[in-house]
Amino acid sequence: MGTGDPVGIAVTHAIAAGMGGMRTAGDLVARMQMTQGMKIREAKKYVAEKLGISIQEIADPVRMNELRADLNIGTVTQVPEAAKGIETKIRISELLGIKINGVDRFKQRAGLKL
Amino acid sequence: MGDGAFVEMTESELRRDLEEGTRQAAQRARVAPLSEGELNHLFDIYLIPAKFVGVELGKEIVLSLDGGTVKPKNIGVHLGRTQTVQLFERMLGYDTMELGHVDYSWKQVKPIISWEQHDLEQILLVTTIPLFYGAMPNLGLYTQPDGPVPNPADLIPQGKIAESRTAMEEAIEHAVRDMVFCASKLYESGADGINLDTTGGAGDHDFLAALKVTEILKKKYPEMCIEMGMAGEFVLGTHGEVAYQGVRLAGLYPHEQVKLAEKAGVTIFGPAITTNSSKSHAWNLSRVATFVKACVQNASIPVHVNLGMGVGAAPMVNNGPSDATSRSAKALVEICRLDGL
Repeated sequence: MGTGDPVGIAVTHAIAAGMGGMRTAGDLVARMQMTQGMKIREAKKYVAEKLGISIQEIADPVRMNELRADLNIGTVTQVPEAAKGIETKIRISELLGIKINGVDRFKQRAGLKL
Repeated sequence: MGDGAFVEMTESELRRDLEEGTRQAAQRARVAPLSEGELNHLFDIYLIPAKFVGVELGKEIVLSLDGGTVKPKNIGVHLGRTQTVQLFERMLGYDTMELGHVDYSWKQVKPIISWEQHDLEQILLVTTIPLFYGAMPNLGLYTQPDGPVPNPADLIPQGKIAESRTAMEEAIEHAVRDMVFCASKLYESGADGINLDTTGGAGDHDFLAALKVTEILKKKYPEMCIEMGMAGEFVLGTHGEVAYQGVRLAGLYPHEQVKLAEKAGVTIFGPAITTNSSKSHAWNLSRVATFVKACVQNASIPVHVNLGMGVGAAPMVNNGPSDATSRSAKALVEICRLDGL
């Protein structure tokens, strides 16, 4: 990424090439790159296996929105009484079997079991 | 064009520029030029009669940003940083986001670190996508009159090369200390990753400082994610003699830079290839793809290429045309097998 006006760069990239973040499984794939150093194919494969769906489906916003709601790991549209923010990340950490720095720090500060 | 101007080209002009772009990059970096098939793919991307193009289904990649929460300020929108992260998460579908200080240099972050930690901790409570904290090494800020060491830009014209090098080496020590201090604090607040952005902007000593910081941080926090974004396609030899693990840094191209980044412990590497504003977009894109393809082939860590104003074949203009930038994204993802932008 780089600078420039948001429509010319940030919006363009999101539509032209991005995974879709919380609309799909983009944040989950990003976490595998960030915590395990996985290349894109390996990261997608790992996430797809953990979710029990195909690699194609993890970038499908309709399929992923349903699955994210079922797993309660946060959907891009707000749903009352569903997990949000740090609550979703605690679930994502368990789902993917990875350590999330912010989750561990939150648990330490809240006096919860790590 | 590389400056964003709209031009019409014949098919033979387009093919000529694609061939010249890859040849120029291959000669400079001593890497393989794009193959005939890859040039044909680029050619086909330009022939798509659409104002906007995208990668093939299934080839989507991860997005990371530099200067994430600074983006609204660039367009004069006064928005809180929590809301900015939420907008990127929920309105733009971003895979990751970054918190950054408007001055975007680690030296400037140090005096306000506790406020940055406070904001970071609050944002982490209400968002889901991974959150980086990013800033630049910006070793220029350590030189007089803004910083403590003599300014090489004053010393070099006077022929004081040795004194200039000594000043740069002192600047490295200051910068490393500041970056390790700030990154440690932010990681302990819960940051998902640290972005050392525009690395090498002041030259080879700037790159060395970032490599040293990475090494120190990874020893201190082995699980820390560090993204290193570069400033240009080759490392400027401002110092000329500094080396990392026996490799002289001046003049290194992306496929060589990434190997040193890996040795230092970088998690995600971001090559930056400068756009030539007086050449066509096709010339630039073919050239960028050549550098980046070699970098990705040589990398065992994820590569997120810098594709923003003036780099990565994005036109050197503030409000870049999406027909050009979306073609850059599609071409680089599909030809270079990128892991992200």
